[in-house]
Amino acid sequence: MSTAMTSSEHQEPTDRESVLREANQLQINARRARARRTMWVWIGRTVVAVVVIGGWQLLTNYKILDPFFYGQPSSVWGSLVQLFTKGTAFGTIWEQLWVTVQEAIYGFLVGTIAGVIIGILLGSNRYLSDVFNPYIKILNSIPRIVLGAIFIVAFGLGLFPKVLLAAVLVFFAVFFNAYQGVREVDQNLVANVRVLGAGPIQVARHVTIPSAMTWIIASLHTAFGFAIIGALVAEVLGAQKGIGLIISQAQGRFDPNTVFACMVIMAIVTLGAEYLITLLERSVLRWRPPVRSESQSI
Amino acid sequence: MSPPHTRAPSAPGVPDDPAQIEAIGLTKRFLTPKGNPFTAIHDVSLTVEAGQFCTIVGPTGCGKSTTLAQVSGLDRPSAGSVLVGGRVVDGITEGVSYMFQADSLFPWKTVLRNVSIGPILLGTPKKQAEDLASDWLRRVGLAGFEDRYPHQLSGGMRKRVAMAAALINSPRILLMDEPFGALDVQTKAIMQTELLGLWEELRPTVLFITHDLDEAVALSDKVVIMTSSPGTVKEIFDIGLPRPRGDVQTLRYEPEFVELQSKIWESLKDEVSRAYATTSAAA
Repeated sequence: MSTAMTSSEHQEPTDRESVLREANQLQINARRARARRTMWVWIGRTVVAVVVIGGWQLLTNYKILDPFFYGQPSSVWGSLVQLFTKGTAFGTIWEQLWVTVQEAIYGFLVGTIAGVIIGILLGSNRYLSDVFNPYIKILNSIPRIVLGAIFIVAFGLGLFPKVLLAAVLVFFAVFFNAYQGVREVDQNLVANVRVLGAGPIQVARHVTIPSAMTWIIASLHTAFGFAIIGALVAEVLGAQKGIGLIISQAQGRFDPNTVFACMVIMAIVTLGAEYLITLLERSVLRWRPPVRSESQSI
Repeated sequence: MSPPHTRAPSAPGVPDDPAQIEAIGLTKRFLTPKGNPFTAIHDVSLTVEAGQFCTIVGPTGCGKSTTLAQVSGLDRPSAGSVLVGGRVVDGITEGVSYMFQADSLFPWKTVLRNVSIGPILLGTPKKQAEDLASDWLRRVGLAGFEDRYPHQLSGGMRKRVAMAAALINSPRILLMDEPFGALDVQTKAIMQTELLGLWEELRPTVLFITHDLDEAVALSDKVVIMTSSPGTVKEIFDIGLPRPRGDVQTLRYEPEFVELQSKIWESLKDEVSRAYATTSAAA
């Protein structure tokens, strides 16, 4: 660029050509560098996977780690194949998976809806928030997962206690974000619509809820993980069907490979749900500038 | 264009004529976070005639924004009262629009939706409100940007959107709290010229806050100097520059402008240095 500008006039055409060529070359180089970088990232990722899984396999092969306790990748794969081909003692794996997923989804929905409603309510009402604040802090600090034991005793081995435990775990994750989101609303925006004649409901509709939506959706990523944990733990504590039941049965048979296989299955389910939530996030938060932390897409 | 009868049916009694603003002995006290009372403004009395452009200048923290909040009805005075169009302000004043320094646009709404929110809140049907909004976007030179989101616009463009959103309801009173404070100098001058153009068409009563004396003199009919905290009216200058004023950039070099500007600075100077002394002593 600068050479073209400072050069005298009769040299300009050749200079412009060389500038263009230079720019072209720059672009090609940049593309190549980017491709090379992507390749190295993938090589790195593969190396990590090979080292971790291969190391696990080798260490257990040579009995440095006892495969009786720690399982073995090849046997985990074997268990997976067996689960999907031969099924389980309680029916096909798909049936078990569907039960667990169903519990997680119901729990996720109930917990999310309750969390959003109560979060927005307490976030926008100073009095209610002052009254409930200490109780919510107490509830949040108790180990809620233990409630599962009570739910199983109180509501039996069916679907309901699992949904309940999942919902309780989800609720707090969503609630705190909705609450905080409402608190962070730009007061200028509120003043603006109030001056234009908006009542409390219109303020909520046009300002508070859309503004808190960023926070709420961010919480959904972790919330679905919590839903799965809640459903699984409740199943381990007592169930007639579900992945959690397979896990507790495998534990009883000293079979770590099946436990790991179940973990793999649930991880895949969670990744799938995470992907769907990301799609939802993209469509709801279309208005946001594209500069975002990459941590969530990793 | 927006003829007066487009004001929505939900606010029938509101005339579109600009309203006189009259503050009488306005005092506002707050409690600081430590629980001490703090007088933000003390005995502010001030009249802005209907259709007048009045600017308030004063040192940082002298209660300029507080005064504006009392006029809008967002806040209640501790003593004294504000009359808008002869009626005491009690609750949100009707027919007011606000413009802040930070752009108070909805980041999740498109430009069109941002502008049409005014009529929609007054109960205008959506289609009609959006037609009116695109008309206003044309007036501020943003036709073709209807579907953009605020983050996709430059600072000056966002200000234009905010201006269209503030003017779309043809307010009786326009309250502007350092609206161009965050803009670069060139963009600021352009926006001032555009604001003057739109204001001369619609003629709402304007109460404008700024720290920029050039801006104050160039835009207003009247400049009010406030003292440092607790804020009260120190002096009022009438700006007799002929209207329409035209381009703000060229106005700045006229001898009458320079003279007024330096007279106002003389008055403001002491307050600014006093406010600075107290804040730096407290810090």
